[in-house]
Amino acid sequence: MALVLALAGLAVFLVVPPFLPEWITFLLTLAWAKALAVLGIVLLLRGGLLTFGHALYYAVGAYTAGFAVKFLGVHDGLVALVLAVATGAGASALLGLLLARYRGVHFGLLNLAFSMVLYAILLKFYAVTGGTDGLRLPTPLLAGVKPDAQHLRLTIYYVTVVLAALLLYVAHRFTTSPLGYTLRAVRDNEVRVEYMGASVSQAIYCSYIVAGVMASVGGVLAGFSVGHIVPEVSFWTQSGEFVFVALLGGTGSVLAPVAGSIVFEFVRNYAFKYSPYTWQMTLGIVLLIIIFFLPGGLWSLTGIARRWGLTTRRWSR
Amino acid sequence: MSAGLTFTYGVVRILNLAHGNLYALGAYMGAWLVLGWGSSAWPALSYLLLLLAAVFIGVTAGPVIERLFLRRVYGKEEEIQILLTFSILLILEDVIKLAWGVSPLFADKPYTYMGVVRLGGVDYAGYPFLLTGIATVTGLLLWLVVTRTRFGKVLISVITDREVSSALGVNVPRIYTLAFTLGAVLAALGGAFTAPMFSLVPGIGAEVIVVSFAVVAIGGLGSIGGAALGALLVGLARATAVHLFPELDLFAIYLIMALVLLFRPQGLFGQVEARRI
Amino acid sequence: MVLETIGLTKFFGMVRAAEDLSLTFQEGELVGIVGPNGSGKTTLLNVITGYVKPDRGRIRYQGKDITGLSPRAVADLGIARSFQMPQLYLSLTVLENLVLALAIRAGRARGFWAPLVRADRLDEARRVLEQFDLEEHATHEAGQLPEGARKLLDVALSFARRPRILLMDEPTSGVSARDKSKVMDTLVPVLKGTGVTTIFVEHDMEVVQRYAERVLAFDEGKVVAAGSPDAVLADPAVRRALLGQP
Repeated sequence: MALVLALAGLAVFLVVPPFLPEWITFLLTLAWAKALAVLGIVLLLRGGLLTFGHALYYAVGAYTAGFAVKFLGVHDGLVALVLAVATGAGASALLGLLLARYRGVHFGLLNLAFSMVLYAILLKFYAVTGGTDGLRLPTPLLAGVKPDAQHLRLTIYYVTVVLAALLLYVAHRFTTSPLGYTLRAVRDNEVRVEYMGASVSQAIYCSYIVAGVMASVGGVLAGFSVGHIVPEVSFWTQSGEFVFVALLGGTGSVLAPVAGSIVFEFVRNYAFKYSPYTWQMTLGIVLLIIIFFLPGGLWSLTGIARRWGLTTRRWSR
Repeated sequence: MSAGLTFTYGVVRILNLAHGNLYALGAYMGAWLVLGWGSSAWPALSYLLLLLAAVFIGVTAGPVIERLFLRRVYGKEEEIQILLTFSILLILEDVIKLAWGVSPLFADKPYTYMGVVRLGGVDYAGYPFLLTGIATVTGLLLWLVVTRTRFGKVLISVITDREVSSALGVNVPRIYTLAFTLGAVLAALGGAFTAPMFSLVPGIGAEVIVVSFAVVAIGGLGSIGGAALGALLVGLARATAVHLFPELDLFAIYLIMALVLLFRPQGLFGQVEARRI
Repeated sequence: MVLETIGLTKFFGMVRAAEDLSLTFQEGELVGIVGPNGSGKTTLLNVITGYVKPDRGRIRYQGKDITGLSPRAVADLGIARSFQMPQLYLSLTVLENLVLALAIRAGRARGFWAPLVRADRLDEARRVLEQFDLEEHATHEAGQLPEGARKLLDVALSFARRPRILLMDEPTSGVSARDKSKVMDTLVPVLKGTGVTTIFVEHDMEVVQRYAERVLAFDEGKVVAAGSPDAVLADPAVRRALLGQP
């Protein structure tokens, strides 16, 4: 039932865009790409881990693509993608060694610290990273084929949505797997997890790598759709934005980040235009409202639908 | 600054991400007052204005944040608490932009009043010495308040055991508000008195929280002595780095933090919390 | 002899939680441990399971030295424990709690592709719930359970690991007087049925007298009396230490 609904939703996203104005398609592309970074945060949140530095992996992905184009002469988007999965996994595997020991505010701020270090590096090593100018990402080839210039936006959109949908499925498998449950168990009770014979730090470490790879892929996709990357993708405000969207969508489902991300991109598109100085304040106030009144995020609104019998938990009967 | 952060954490057990914004508010308020009312005829007035700014920000913003928001999430999951202070951070960032605009604010009068000090044939600006003096005095005062006064004793009893203190008739919510306010004043004080050294731009709050978290993490959360040592280490590292590799000053801080945490995850003076089962 | 402690000693500052404890436990027996608060009952469980390191002394399990192993390693060897305050996954349902325990027992804690919930695990979890009389709560979140059911689930989670030794920390504390015998009447037949060696710490004298086969009485980290329940509870030293009677 849930699978049918998800597939139906995906079908809508595949069928409708050709009939939409180009700027909407662009926003949707960005929303899907960023949803992957948000998904990483949501996965960690299920283990009670809140990171304020997840843009780190988003930036790792984006700059991997940038460097691949600039230094390795890679022009195929799919090759850049594979490279980004590798660097995302590598970076999170390395930092995870240190971070998997921490919880709560330590975890959140250490992640923030590392993402700011990356930001400083991206900013200051001008020769390699282009500094504040950033790097340009030209239109990629896709498996050797040059996309039709007329339908460029749409092509990138489809690649993004299909890849993101695949990763959503991976995330879904993850959350229903023993490791996904162990992670939730870690949030509930670490002592019991260890006494049951499972390793808390291993569960966190593995999940951290999965979350890092998700964000890294999101970074590549967003990079190619914008065509240009700047150090700000690693700045704390970017991480904060991801956290915000994670909370906005809720942690109840792997689909929630997509819903949250789409709502967010469209609202920002308008709000930023009318009142740039109060944008963060608006985010802060909405976040307060979510914390106090809607702790499950927008996704918890579907709980109302569930009560009407529209969806059911499959195996609980 | 870091003392304020670790102080409020010790009491309230919530690490306040908006602490950097209180620092920024103090800085802006101080600079604004000095620009508006400071006069070169009476230099001492500008220092008084800085102090006034800090106290004003501390005693207005502190209680409001604690009473209105933090109070509702004591005892909830840590993620919720962090998120709450994060949303306050976002709001305050824009409050600063709305109140003082986005163009840099530069009030260096208090800095130039101090002139230069000649030490061993080299000229040093006088203001950093004053700043060091103020930090030392504040640290000493804080230590005296915590160890020598009734308020300090009550505070320590609340930190050690909230339930027992409350049973003994301590008004715990009141202590929380007071402690949080004190922490806010410390943050604003740090901001106000460093303001004359830099030009103020939006976003300094967030930068400051990252650095001061590094300081606190090195020292160990909740330990004031640790925060002082952490600040010293970070200051030295930064100075060395600026001297040797100007690109890497931020890097140096985090390198130290990573090294310390690698070998002592709880920080130099932090204590491991054992869970009773 | 399945478990043995040799000269186990643990001080917390001035408090003697264990002093030169040399104990032996036989395969399949049901041993009760009594003693006043702070006499070192829970510490013994913590030390055996590796949660607390002893100052001195060794622990041998099936002839193997297990001193200093982590709780996880001890659990893997077949020693499980329950807790005075139930340690459950409060946001998971009762079934999910158990199914996860079964998956971890099978060494699948790191599997991240195949679903946790499988028909065979579900069946086994349901059987355990039946044994522990918890079927009616199967789909409830653990956080919503009444105290008695939490206690039972806490033991069930440890039991589902099919341990050789089960350590229970006050299985009836926090349960109303009326339900105490219900909890024990559910537990004891299940445990005896599988031949697991059970050591349980208990405050309630009546419970110990009725259900334990052998009793150890603790005071200040030492065993002051040992033997059959009737004999130990009649011992004047025990009555003094436990009940404050002259």
